[in-house]
Amino acid sequence: MKEPKIGRRSYRLPTAAFVAGFSVFLGACSNENGQNSLSPKGPAAQTIHNLFIPVLIVAIVIGIAIIAATFYVALRFRHREGRSDNPKQIHGNSMLEIGWTIVPALILAVIAVPTVSTIFALAERPTGPDVLVVDASGKQWWWQFELGKQPMVPSNIVTSTELHIPVNTKVLVRLHSDNAIHSFWIPELAGKKDVMPARTNEVVLEASAPGTFLGACAEYCGLSHANMRMRVIASSMADWEAWRDDQIGGPAQAYTGDVAQLTGATYGCTNCHIFDNSAKTTYGPNLTHLASRTTFAGGTYELNRENLTRWVMDAPSMIAMQSKDCRLPPPATCVGMPSFIKNTPKGQPVMTQSDADAIVSYLLGET
Amino acid sequence: MTTTIEKVIVAPEEPQQSVLRQSVLRRPKETTGVWSWFTTVDHKKIAILYGATALIFFVIAGIEALLIRLQLAGPNGSVLTAAQYNTLFTMHGTTMVFLVGMPLAVAFGNYLIPLQIGARDVAFPRLNMFGFLVFLFGGLFLYSGFFLGGAPNGGWFGYTPLTSAPMDAGFLPGRGPDFWTIGLIMLGVGSVTSGINFVVTILNMRAPGMTLMRMPVFVWMMLVVAFLTVFAIPAVTAALIMVFFDRNFATNFFVAAQGGDPLLYQHLFWLFGHPEVYILILPGMGIVSEILPVFARKPLFGYSVIVFSGIAIGFLGWGVWAHHMFATGLGPVAVSAFSLATFLIAIPTGVKIFNWLGTVWGGSVRLKTPMLFALGFIAMFTLGGLSGVTHAIVPADTQQTDTYYVVAHFHYVLFGGLVFAIFGGFAYWWPKVFGKMLNEKMGKITFWLMLIGFNMTFFPMHFLGLQGQPRRTYTYAANMGWDKLNLLVTVGGFIIALSVAVFLVNVIVTTVKGEVAPEDPWDARTLEWSIPSPAPEYNFAKVPQVKARDDFWHRKYTEDDQGRLVLRPSDTADYQGAVEERVDGHDIHLPSPSYYPLVVTLGMPVLAYAAVFKEPLLVIPGMLLLLFGIYAWAIEPGTEEH
Repeated sequence: MKEPKIGRRSYRLPTAAFVAGFSVFLGACSNENGQNSLSPKGPAAQTIHNLFIPVLIVAIVIGIAIIAATFYVALRFRHREGRSDNPKQIHGNSMLEIGWTIVPALILAVIAVPTVSTIFALAERPTGPDVLVVDASGKQWWWQFELGKQPMVPSNIVTSTELHIPVNTKVLVRLHSDNAIHSFWIPELAGKKDVMPARTNEVVLEASAPGTFLGACAEYCGLSHANMRMRVIASSMADWEAWRDDQIGGPAQAYTGDVAQLTGATYGCTNCHIFDNSAKTTYGPNLTHLASRTTFAGGTYELNRENLTRWVMDAPSMIAMQSKDCRLPPPATCVGMPSFIKNTPKGQPVMTQSDADAIVSYLLGET
Repeated sequence: MTTTIEKVIVAPEEPQQSVLRQSVLRRPKETTGVWSWFTTVDHKKIAILYGATALIFFVIAGIEALLIRLQLAGPNGSVLTAAQYNTLFTMHGTTMVFLVGMPLAVAFGNYLIPLQIGARDVAFPRLNMFGFLVFLFGGLFLYSGFFLGGAPNGGWFGYTPLTSAPMDAGFLPGRGPDFWTIGLIMLGVGSVTSGINFVVTILNMRAPGMTLMRMPVFVWMMLVVAFLTVFAIPAVTAALIMVFFDRNFATNFFVAAQGGDPLLYQHLFWLFGHPEVYILILPGMGIVSEILPVFARKPLFGYSVIVFSGIAIGFLGWGVWAHHMFATGLGPVAVSAFSLATFLIAIPTGVKIFNWLGTVWGGSVRLKTPMLFALGFIAMFTLGGLSGVTHAIVPADTQQTDTYYVVAHFHYVLFGGLVFAIFGGFAYWWPKVFGKMLNEKMGKITFWLMLIGFNMTFFPMHFLGLQGQPRRTYTYAANMGWDKLNLLVTVGGFIIALSVAVFLVNVIVTTVKGEVAPEDPWDARTLEWSIPSPAPEYNFAKVPQVKARDDFWHRKYTEDDQGRLVLRPSDTADYQGAVEERVDGHDIHLPSPSYYPLVVTLGMPVLAYAAVFKEPLLVIPGMLLLLFGIYAWAIEPGTEEH
């Protein structure tokens, strides 16, 4: 008999596909890269996960059923020599068609209820003295975080690329942009929220355990969009308070002498950066406590002497920048950090290795 | 007679163009030869022009995709620079949507609508040619940016303020957004004219007896698509003009600091962009609805439900645009409403899938190449639809949007859907269009390679996206655990390329020495198979009298009391009696070729360059060509006296 054989074969393929797909799926869940939406580490991401996974399972079951049905009808009713070639001409069946209109509608209606309630739940805005409020700004192409004066923060703190938060604390992140649209996304803590010019969107982060959670800009924002990464570092309240106290106040060493001269009059770093006041924002990242960060350059490079020296001298060789021949103060047509050894504008000095070393030593607090 | 009128009106207007006018006055008569392709108004030739041009752009956009995949094959790729990568993903998307998907649908519509409704041409033959030429020149204009300092680099969606900020703001270097906005405005003109043409053709030129509910589903779907096109394109045209003005003339439509709103652009763009998705997929649904009954030897299961589902999708498609904007901060009420609307649109889509399966159920299925692609469409499109439902779960969408999960989703819809349908359509209608059968073995190889390559390329993207890989990023770090799947994706991309190569070889080989196609090689159902292959210039020697849905089928077959298929007794010996005799159609009156669509369209890129380079001197020749062409066109009769 041919019939059952076709039937068996048509089951084996989808089964194999299902097993393969499911194992890849499990593998995907276990990818601990710090940016995996399938591995939620906070209540918001967990809520989303709990909503998504059951729907995904239903979708996978329906998908497999339809694919299996497609194989089945194609093989089961395949014309073969000797089989009659005059099938019954069925033009439709109202009951069936009403049925397969109503059943999907009911499934969708069931899914819609928790969807809408979760939409409203996630839109709730936490308030109170135990909520940490952070102003995050999307820049081209890095993130600035400003912790304003509030019950948990005695005075203003400005930092970039790395946001420190205490665990089990609601963090209300207010999102700002004075340039293109960005999107703020820490997959293991919460879903995306776009960062729009002239409107302040908000997203609530909360980490259930200490850890480092990676994020990225998720809206195309120009040349180096791919290099606009960030991380949220969640630690115990005591550790966070220690970090906070460290950030408040001036740099580890006095910003005077050679370094002030080099970064000021000589190379004009201060056109875009601040070296000695962690409470203020400016055009580029505030560098007062750069040494306390683990990454820089939009979170794409580890902070160490070698990387930083290369960056100070020739940033565009590390990340795509639109700052080929400019060292002008903003507002300038250049976006990003210029090179200090290539395409030097007339009348400006080319950076020497020893000057770079001196600047880097200061930034790393190693003088 | 016409000659004198043109002399009187045109001569004072444009004395220096007398040389051109003289040659123009002798109206082109050639219907064969190279030059005839520039002046033709025959819907079939224009369809071939659309198809061939779109296929060339398909190959170009495919090469762009392969370059993108080479760059992403491993972490920290160095095949492309950031700037090159951004240009390539912008042009890949723009090309596939505007220069491949839409024109291919128009190619099928152009060839098949008149044939399937029993007409001799479309309602506006010269406008038809105009539409094609605008598409051709628009595409060339867009790509000329590569050589003129402005390959588009703002994404196919072109969000403001990235694209609308003045060039010296430094957001996007070069003239990319200028070429992009003006190019798309131009292409929109062509799309709207072909939309209007299809609407009028379908509503007014059906053969006697071809009532709306007897029309082939493909024609129905193209009617919906034509309406969607006519209404959707103006929204994006307005948005693009505002972008261009913001960028070049310091208007403040999208400038937040001046009270403008960057989000307004997204509303306008997606108000076009979502119907656009259905503009792309409905023709595919139409093609599949034609193929399945023929190769199952059964009528379409629930014709009217399939038709009304298509119309419902067309209407609901207008109410879901903001599901592209769930992360923009619209607020929970608006977001919930658009979420529910998106759930709603899944219902008619699901109904179609079940009805297609019902069509094949109980049939006598022939797994020829067109059928394989149609079945592949059902399976792949379903997966795209299901991941689409997970996008409607707004909270989940905030994790998925702008990641590779979305890239996977819409490629399942547009590649697994539209492209599979298109390749099925190629295999199915090739004999009618070119009079040669495509090679079946190569067709099957194309299908299986494409199915495997497609799934290898796009299925892993679901996982990549959920694991946090954002879209539109030219590089990713080595320690993210994305490398293996990305490599798999890249290999899959090259398998797709191989499948397309096999198809192209098939086309070349069969063109050179292919089996000559009979009139009705598939024992098909619709009117285009009742005429010789390739279709004669006049289509139908005698305008058909339509008595039923699938009229041609019913000329050949009837049903016995059990509803089983039987050959019509009168024609039992030779059902080919239903096929039209080859006749000498010499005295059938057809629309005459014309130069004017070409003249008018030649003016458009000149004006486009004038806008991009702000060069007022170019406006003069551009306007002269345009106005001269329009006036001369207006007074030229549609058909010359013999």
